[in-house]
Amino acid sequence: MSRTMSLVLNVWRQKSASAPGKFVRYEAKNVNDHMSFLEMLDVVNEELSAKGEEPIAFDHDCREGICGACGVVIDGVPHGPLGGTTTCQLHMRSFKDGDELTIEPWRAGAFPVVRDLVVNRSAFDRIIQAGGYISLRTGSAPEANSLPIAKVASDSAFDAATCIGCGACVAACPNASAALFTAAKISHLALLPQGEPERQDRARKMVAQMDHEGFGHCTSHGECEAACPKGISIGFIAKMNRELLSAMVTAPNEVKAPK
Amino acid sequence: MELNARAPAGPIENRWSDHRFHSKLVNPANRRKYRVIVVGSGLAGGAAAATFGEMGYNVSCFCYQDSPRRAHSIAAQGGINAAKNYQNDGDSTYRLFYDTVKGGDFRARESNVYRLAELSVNIIDQCVAQGVPFAREYSGLLANRSFGGAQVARTFYARGQTGQQLLLGAYQALERQIDAGTVKMHPRTEMLDLIVIDGRARGIVTRDLVTGKVEAHVGDVVVLCSGGYGNVFYLSTNAKGCNTTATWRSHRRGALFANPCYTQIHPTCIPQSGDYQSKLTLMSESLRNDGRVWVPKNAADCTKDPASIPESERDYYLERLYPSFGNLVPRDIASRRAKDMCDEGRGVGPEVAGVRRGVYLDFGDAIKRLGRAVVVERYDNLFQMYERITGENPYDVPMRMYPAIHYTMGGLWVDYDLHSTVPGLFVGGEANFSDHGANRLGASALMQGLADGYFILPVTVSNFLASQKAGAVDQNHPGVRQTVAEVEDRINRLLAIKGTRTPDSFHRELGALVWDQCGMARTEAGLKLALEKIPALREEFWSNLAVPGTGLELNQSLERAGRVADFLEFAELMCRDALHRNESAGGHFREEFQTDDGEAKRNDDEFSYVAAWEYTGDLSKPKLNKEPLTFEYVHPSQRSYK
Repeated sequence: MSRTMSLVLNVWRQKSASAPGKFVRYEAKNVNDHMSFLEMLDVVNEELSAKGEEPIAFDHDCREGICGACGVVIDGVPHGPLGGTTTCQLHMRSFKDGDELTIEPWRAGAFPVVRDLVVNRSAFDRIIQAGGYISLRTGSAPEANSLPIAKVASDSAFDAATCIGCGACVAACPNASAALFTAAKISHLALLPQGEPERQDRARKMVAQMDHEGFGHCTSHGECEAACPKGISIGFIAKMNRELLSAMVTAPNEVKAPK
Repeated sequence: MELNARAPAGPIENRWSDHRFHSKLVNPANRRKYRVIVVGSGLAGGAAAATFGEMGYNVSCFCYQDSPRRAHSIAAQGGINAAKNYQNDGDSTYRLFYDTVKGGDFRARESNVYRLAELSVNIIDQCVAQGVPFAREYSGLLANRSFGGAQVARTFYARGQTGQQLLLGAYQALERQIDAGTVKMHPRTEMLDLIVIDGRARGIVTRDLVTGKVEAHVGDVVVLCSGGYGNVFYLSTNAKGCNTTATWRSHRRGALFANPCYTQIHPTCIPQSGDYQSKLTLMSESLRNDGRVWVPKNAADCTKDPASIPESERDYYLERLYPSFGNLVPRDIASRRAKDMCDEGRGVGPEVAGVRRGVYLDFGDAIKRLGRAVVVERYDNLFQMYERITGENPYDVPMRMYPAIHYTMGGLWVDYDLHSTVPGLFVGGEANFSDHGANRLGASALMQGLADGYFILPVTVSNFLASQKAGAVDQNHPGVRQTVAEVEDRINRLLAIKGTRTPDSFHRELGALVWDQCGMARTEAGLKLALEKIPALREEFWSNLAVPGTGLELNQSLERAGRVADFLEFAELMCRDALHRNESAGGHFREEFQTDDGEAKRNDDEFSYVAAWEYTGDLSKPKLNKEPLTFEYVHPSQRSYK
């Protein structure tokens, strides 16, 4: 059975990166509890558009929790109160009639607001560019089963590789640190034998780029893990720190300056 | 127009290697002089752009998302096929080829399909070397599972996130090339038109989705990997942004559109819960390996708690109708039988528009047989996803499923080189029509996207460029400026209507219309009705559309309006193709053409061809061109999964 409810939304509206922003109050009526949070915003936007007002801009795409495009801060919590989920997979059954919600974009200096709830997360792409890959030319790969990989290592690498790059970790962190995102990629590749040859260089370059982008330092609050829709463990941040330390001690050669 | 598939002759197992040898090469020192434009950053586009970059071409890659890592390939769950025969169950390149031609209901080109099967093994090698964490056995070797419609275990998988892991592999390779300076990435940039000068593709016109700036990008070759057109149905499993604009605009500039009526319905999606629904969510087909599909025998039981319905009162209809394939019958068959059950009044779940559209997918037996731990290992992320959406826990209550549009086999017509009918325009991945015929088998889309991107386009595009002078057209060519002006004019027209209906309201209406008349089952009368209604809806769109805001800012209503405008044109071609094809084949099921058991009945004498439609300037009068299909190896037979 479904039930309907009405909510009050205080939504961050900001016309462009340089324009000042402010909260605007909207009423969302006839919200069905089977709606996703974004479907609720769709309904509000359809009403705004019909009145000739500009709808609330927000990023979204797959709406099944895997592309990492969506994400807003709801009452101070990235992706909302449910835990272990993206905003698109948060359903209105997590709220009750009469709730008043505050909806904001990710807040971080390294993620400037583009418009309303949309932010620029290209810093994440640049961290990957700094070394988040295995250097492999298409067609040069050896036979896949020529390199057995212990299931434990492979599974652990997978746990890190599930990161969807949504940025909730940064939004949740009081320091706006990107440590969990960066650690997840460093760990994914460091745990696999294929990633071994570039392991040390990768850790140094990616961490340098992360710092260069203006993300804050990790001070082990653990908010990132709590907000992560994929449940990525902060244990990987410890792993990143070990990787970095080991790289600095054993191979102190030059690293290209970050872009 | 004479359609030349340029499919090589000779023994099928040598065709691709011979063709590759005869393809011309570009001297490594000259490659950087050629500008390659890649539209789309999914498995096909991302893999192609990365590989072109590695080869030394000067690549520009475009995507509408904020990062190439978000292309919709990421949502593929189940797996990727490869003829490795690691399970020693009798698989081979030839068997994968055979299964794919048969699964496609004998409407694909044999040469292309063989090449796909042949390259499948290289893809797995490539992805493992990139660090894609495929599932492994305790031996450390790669694990496989059997997947929709296959009797061998040839599917490689990464939990329920195979598409994500493969895409991140391609994305990482792409980011490496961006860092190396060989690829310039243009995220949040949407292609709105193809620049064709003197019959030759010379570039694209794009809109920067943040600033609204419309500009031309000229190049020596354009490679479209912009995905399928499933969102014409509004409700589909595609991402909200997936659209046909790049392919449709290219069609209007001369590229033929092939087999638009071949659309795939995926049998296991979460049923619609209300009219606010914005998309449908697929649950991996792998669930059918262990889950059993059933509905109550009696319509009166449909509203009861499923746990209270005894075994004797359940109809495991797929196991009953198809004893040898059971719950693993191909997608089109599983989908139509689910529709039959609901049409008979035996569907379960909430009523939407007066009908219960859902069947149970039950893991009760699997949990008993394998133990809960094994089910958790195989499916837990899917179960969690289901629970988040429906509020029901599949460990306790059977899942409810209903078919939804999932993939489109049709697309721009391409020859063996993936070259369209516009010289200089290549098309890869779901955007082309090439390999799946009338129905795609499970775990074949990822295979095709990566085969096109990593291994085929780099060879065939190089062959094309080898005979072209680099940089023949520049940004100031009158033909370039003309196309930019046309795009700007169209944007201004959308903004100037100032009517009362939103783009989404038109899209929903179009989607409901084509789902009813050109969805799982089609009839002559229904298609004719749709062909009357679509132009009328299009007319209303262009006179009563409401788009707030301006063109020179981030304007998501405007983005949607442009995409819906193109769907409104494309839908007509899709229905026309479905109406002309007087047979049933794969995903195209015409009620007038079925066997006594209700299976698709092909008409090989009259319809063993690719229908490639040519734009004539009049949307109601596209010109049909035919590419006859010949089968030297796999002889057409009636598919039977009994």
